[in-house]
Amino acid sequence: MKRYSVFAIAREAMRHHTGWERAWASPEPKANYDVIIIGAGGHGLATAYYLGKNFGITNVAVIEKGWLGGGNTGRNTTIIRSNYLQDPSAAIYDKALKLYENLSQDLNYNVMFSPRGLLMLAQTHHEVRGYLRTVHANNLQGVATEWIEPAKVKEIVPIINIDGPRYPVLGALWQRRGGTARHDAVAWGYARACSDMGMHILQKTEVTGVRQENGAVTGVETSRGFIGTKKLGIVVAGHSGQVAGMAGFRLPLEAVALQALVSEPIKPCMDVVVMANTVHGYMSQSDKGEMVIGGGTDSFNNFTQRGSFHHIEETLRALVETFPMISRLKMLRQWGGIVDMTGDRSPIISKTPLGNCFINCGWGTGGFKAIPGSGWAMAELMARGHAPLAAEFGLDRFREGRFIDESVAAGVAH
Amino acid sequence: MLILECPYCGVKAEESELAAGGEAHLKRFGAGSTDEDFEGYLFARKNPKGVHFERWRHAYGCGKWFLAARCTATLEVFGTYPAQTAEPPADLVAKIKQKRPEWEGYK
Amino acid sequence: MSTRLSSGGRLIDRARTVEYSFNGKRLRGFKGDTLASALLASDQMLVGRSFKYHRPRGIVASGAEEPNALVGLGTGARFEPNQRMTTTELFDGLSSASQNHWPSLEYDVGVLNNAVAKFLPAGFYYKTFIHPRAAWKHVFEPVIRQSAGLGRVPKERDADRYEYFYAHCDLLVVGGGIAGLQAALVAGAAGARVLVLEQTAHWGGRAPVDGVEIDGKPAEAWIKASVQALEKMSNVMLRRRTMASGVYDHGYVLADEKVADHTPGDGRPRHRLWRIRAGRIVTATGAIERPLAFAGNDIPGVMLASAVRDYVVNWAVSPGDRTVVVTNNDDAYRTALALKAAGLQVPAVVDARDRADGALPQAARAAGIRVLTGSAIAKAHGGKRLSGVAICAQGGEGNAVTEEIPCEAVAMSGGWSPVVHLYSHCGGKLSWDEAHAMFRPDAARPPTGADGTGFVFAAGAANGALYVQDVLGDATKATIAALQAAGVAEVETVVPAVKAEVEAPMIPIWVMPQGAGPDLRMKMWLDYQNDVKVSDVQLAAREGYESVEHTKRYTTLGMATDQGKLSNINGLAVLSNALNAPIPEVGTTTFRPPYTPVTIGALAGEARGEIFQPLRRTAIHDWHEAHGVEWEPVGHWRRPYCYKNGAEIASAAVNREVLAVRERVGLLDASTLGKILVKGPDAGRFLDMLYTNMMSNLKPGKCRYGLMCSENGFLMDDGVVARIDEETWLCHTTSGGADRIHGWMEDWLQCEWWDWKVYTANLTEQYTQIAVVGPKARAVLEKLGGIEVSGEEFKFMEWREGTLGGLPARIFRISFSGELSYEIATPAGHGRALWDALLKAGEEFGITPYGTEALHVMRAEKGFIMIGDESDGTVIPQDLNLNWAISKKKEDFLGKRGQERSYLADPGRWKLVGLETLDGTVLPDGAYAVADGFNANGQRNTQGRITSTYWSPTLRKGIAMALVHRGPERMGEVLEFPKPDGSSVKAKICDPVFYDKDGEKQNV
Repeated sequence: MKRYSVFAIAREAMRHHTGWERAWASPEPKANYDVIIIGAGGHGLATAYYLGKNFGITNVAVIEKGWLGGGNTGRNTTIIRSNYLQDPSAAIYDKALKLYENLSQDLNYNVMFSPRGLLMLAQTHHEVRGYLRTVHANNLQGVATEWIEPAKVKEIVPIINIDGPRYPVLGALWQRRGGTARHDAVAWGYARACSDMGMHILQKTEVTGVRQENGAVTGVETSRGFIGTKKLGIVVAGHSGQVAGMAGFRLPLEAVALQALVSEPIKPCMDVVVMANTVHGYMSQSDKGEMVIGGGTDSFNNFTQRGSFHHIEETLRALVETFPMISRLKMLRQWGGIVDMTGDRSPIISKTPLGNCFINCGWGTGGFKAIPGSGWAMAELMARGHAPLAAEFGLDRFREGRFIDESVAAGVAH
Repeated sequence: MLILECPYCGVKAEESELAAGGEAHLKRFGAGSTDEDFEGYLFARKNPKGVHFERWRHAYGCGKWFLAARCTATLEVFGTYPAQTAEPPADLVAKIKQKRPEWEGYK
Repeated sequence: MSTRLSSGGRLIDRARTVEYSFNGKRLRGFKGDTLASALLASDQMLVGRSFKYHRPRGIVASGAEEPNALVGLGTGARFEPNQRMTTTELFDGLSSASQNHWPSLEYDVGVLNNAVAKFLPAGFYYKTFIHPRAAWKHVFEPVIRQSAGLGRVPKERDADRYEYFYAHCDLLVVGGGIAGLQAALVAGAAGARVLVLEQTAHWGGRAPVDGVEIDGKPAEAWIKASVQALEKMSNVMLRRRTMASGVYDHGYVLADEKVADHTPGDGRPRHRLWRIRAGRIVTATGAIERPLAFAGNDIPGVMLASAVRDYVVNWAVSPGDRTVVVTNNDDAYRTALALKAAGLQVPAVVDARDRADGALPQAARAAGIRVLTGSAIAKAHGGKRLSGVAICAQGGEGNAVTEEIPCEAVAMSGGWSPVVHLYSHCGGKLSWDEAHAMFRPDAARPPTGADGTGFVFAAGAANGALYVQDVLGDATKATIAALQAAGVAEVETVVPAVKAEVEAPMIPIWVMPQGAGPDLRMKMWLDYQNDVKVSDVQLAAREGYESVEHTKRYTTLGMATDQGKLSNINGLAVLSNALNAPIPEVGTTTFRPPYTPVTIGALAGEARGEIFQPLRRTAIHDWHEAHGVEWEPVGHWRRPYCYKNGAEIASAAVNREVLAVRERVGLLDASTLGKILVKGPDAGRFLDMLYTNMMSNLKPGKCRYGLMCSENGFLMDDGVVARIDEETWLCHTTSGGADRIHGWMEDWLQCEWWDWKVYTANLTEQYTQIAVVGPKARAVLEKLGGIEVSGEEFKFMEWREGTLGGLPARIFRISFSGELSYEIATPAGHGRALWDALLKAGEEFGITPYGTEALHVMRAEKGFIMIGDESDGTVIPQDLNLNWAISKKKEDFLGKRGQERSYLADPGRWKLVGLETLDGTVLPDGAYAVADGFNANGQRNTQGRITSTYWSPTLRKGIAMALVHRGPERMGEVLEFPKPDGSSVKAKICDPVFYDKDGEKQNV
């Protein structure tokens, strides 16, 4: 693979950019792989990447029904943070954040990780206490966060209205290392690196069945024929239930719509990510200048990638109250994704009833920020059968009542 | 923005009048049940991409809970019916089967 | 130069001059102008700069599809960035400024990007700025961000207001062109409730500009008569300036009406957001012309042919003395003819087709216009304005220039694309039409509604009926289909005859000339705003970004403020050529709402400031407000946190309130407390399932504290239950939990135990509830007179009904503070009178109103738990040593099975204890107690956490409650609580009951 650099661009500019290679190959499937990952979203590609990088397992196929990065990886609000309350969450999200910090260099692909800082506003006394608790917990987890007072919030975010009549800002949880990244680039960068290791990314290949013998997976039926494998990883977010159904087991998941929107681009006005959980809205500004906005999930099972307008209305109302200047910006585009929610709103990275089949799903509204950490943990689980980062996220926790509940500190868990 | 007809008050209710309540016809397992039954009751969800039976409350209307048969892939509503039943009415199942011959039926 | 013609202009009123400004320059236009037409009339060819290369940009279009002509409109609190000039109606005093340049529109240093454009191809930023790592954050990204972005940032709070409007109709017709009007006439005559929305200020769409005859008269006459006929129908509602922005599931449609954009500050709401439920929808949204991709097609002066025609006919604006028309179809000849009719020169029509023998080309030739067939523009010349074009053969590489034609404008037409956005928003599918090289709605795969049938019907040009002769027939057909689907059986129709010149077939032209080399392709713009060129799309394909979504995202094609209205199909075609795959196989990107950008204020509506959310007020709210209250939001309620005496700070007020209660008597507005009546023969049995403890054996006249858990076993609410009579219980819940718990009860009653005879009613707002608390509480009540409150007659955990001071009252002798305490409920209408009476009666005893914080301090002094503090959704009653409130006798209750699971039954869980610091200071809120070592992920091990911590003014020291690993077994042990600043605090485990351990005070 030719490396990307400013020199490569200069060289190519002299020949009208005709010499660039494909970022990833488009091979024919082999008959057998050591590992098949179903789902070429961020989590699936990252799993493949760390299987290769950390464990030298490169005879890997990543099978994708549509186009890579076309699910929630390409339709989220790109927020990255690790200020989680519970130890298992903080561990995996902070691992992800640390990997994000060097991901562009690691992949030789600029994913535009932007550690601009992230604020979670406290607008009720209950929220103040919740975030004070989070700061203490983060301190012991090795995640640097701090509690800041309203005046400091205003200093960091001059466009914010801290003394609204209904929910004045009482302070905020501040994670300096939090931020955003270019979502598509994360998938593309991993895909390019996987392809470079000789892995096969099979796009437009739909899995239609999971073949098994004696309690183990032997391969998958696909729209391009049967493909054999020694190990199978299912990393398909909203469609986990369907694929798990093919493999013969059920998951504690429900798929609902999560909506987001962007404004038209304006000049830089907000250099951090702000989340206002009491009123259900969050906002950041993309490098293009769009205000990127999201809120809570829709309420019913839905596979359409469309949501209901009243959720958008509530989100915008909350943000106009928090940032009065956005009233005269315009909504450019709204969209929806399908998020898979578990019983405790935390993910599943787990073994399954089939010995050589593993599942990674249930990221709900928080998947993008976890991608590198999730891939790291999933790869270790698949390679070694055990991974400390994944240990608490097993399927068995529901039977045991061992919840990882993040909603206890903040109303929403994205 | 769904519209569902409340089978009690007859109002064609806007989604914003309603509160969604998740999968319908779950059988409750209480004290004395096995780990597996209890886990299934609380967590295992059909989550189909297609015909789904679910609970709704006409929360900002008559306050009644009711059940709906709806397609999660197209949002088509096949019908609504009162909550006081352990499985969907036969005529509704037949209607769905007629519209969706490939549907495996209520299980 | 572009100028105003001396006559003509069907939309302008020359008698009424309008003054406005652009970039500080004062200018004049006419009433009826758009900002775009007025600026063109003043020779303002350069109106903006592109996003990436800061290239000069001129007006391209005449409507909502305009990608270039964006301004910052207005000033101060009415400033709005990124307003399209082409859809901005001119008004007196309009102030506008162009965007994305520094220091000025004419001289923009950002244009340096253009000089190095060949180093900045699509996606260049993914390939560089990688090293060194810090440089991205501190150098590259800030520079990219500063040079990106378009409009200026609004600084002030919006001065305008916005409102919602709700509408229901059988048929919504979107578009007020001739197709939309015909649809409305058909549906109106059939008696359906019809709503017709037109995004511009004018009815009729393109037909009047295109010289169409309907029913033997000019289109304008038919349009006028039709609108008049529709206005007379009581079942038809017409709205102009209203853009249908999105189609949502089950026939829900949003539309944005620009009520006062053209009359700012006149007191009316600026926009009105229509929230429509439509039985069926007819989209008569027309079509949008496509640009042609030739080198230099982005130079100011290159415009869409239809736009040039609009400016000439509608606003009497000449784009220049000499306009070259370049086309692949007959329709563009109408522009040549219109220019000629206005007395302007058309040096040539450059037609990429080998033959142009249709009626329109013949008419052009007859008018003396030179037609160059099989030809192409090799290159357009100019910088900030167009100076001429080089002509070559369409078939070649563009090197053999046959002719140079000086001109001020180019009118280009690459064919038309139906506006399919609304059809697609909810899942409607498109099919590829080879003849017109366009995607059109596939009537066999429409978006489907609640009943599973199609609910959007495309009509006229929006349905691909590009020849105007076909439009009314197509619209009629679509409307009949829509009405039949809506259940309207009887439809009578008359389809007026439409006369226009017959058009010969177009041919698809995606790159001009066909064999253009890399140098030319680097100058062929697809997306004008985002600076995406033919070469960029080809690069994306070469690098494997083969999905149309990949290409879009890699190049940013179609992601600008016009969302690809002009560029998407051309880009798609270039991609499909690069991949050697047919266009329909490549497919389109997803169409998402809104059709054109909608002001966020309009979407948010009227709910701002005080009315941002509903506010629930107790009967005593106004009194609190008048007496120094500091509010605390609790759900939609506001509760007094404390009352400040003059300059008193909150913490001092809380201490004062606590001591007043402990020493004398206090008064609390407890009205927000949930009050749910549960009644019926099976009510006792029901409550036994709901609460962890037994409620069925509670005696009438008595009260009992109870806990409710979720099926997972986690504590979710608590409160005192009073048994009113044999069949009736009154359940008190937390303030935040009232609605939720009532819903929870109804859920179980309606969906699980529906054969149980139980009725519930949420009476929370029906009663005011006031707590009179403290050693003098009884004296205050006795002074008011009524219900006997002596200790012998009325014991702790009992309730009585009667009067108090002449007001109806039900008194509960319960205590959350450990003091002698009575909670008095009275119908809400008497609430304020009771409060006033208690204040007056209590005056001699020093009665002191207190707020929620004093309440919290006192309950913590007593070791009482608070839902939301000691519980957080993961805590079970056993963790809080509340086993006494969990019945061992009951076979089942909600949460019982959940609590039997291994993790919840584990004896090693963290349990409630008290904590006190060694030096009496207050422990930090939320702090964790550390244990030795680190876990497998390198996190410090913990063994407990603080759940509540306060300064106790009663005990004059800090007190806290905590959940600690096996806590109650470890009394006297000292734990360490690190603070984020690196220091730590030590605290000793103790009994959580700090005050009046034997509970004597509440029993007196």
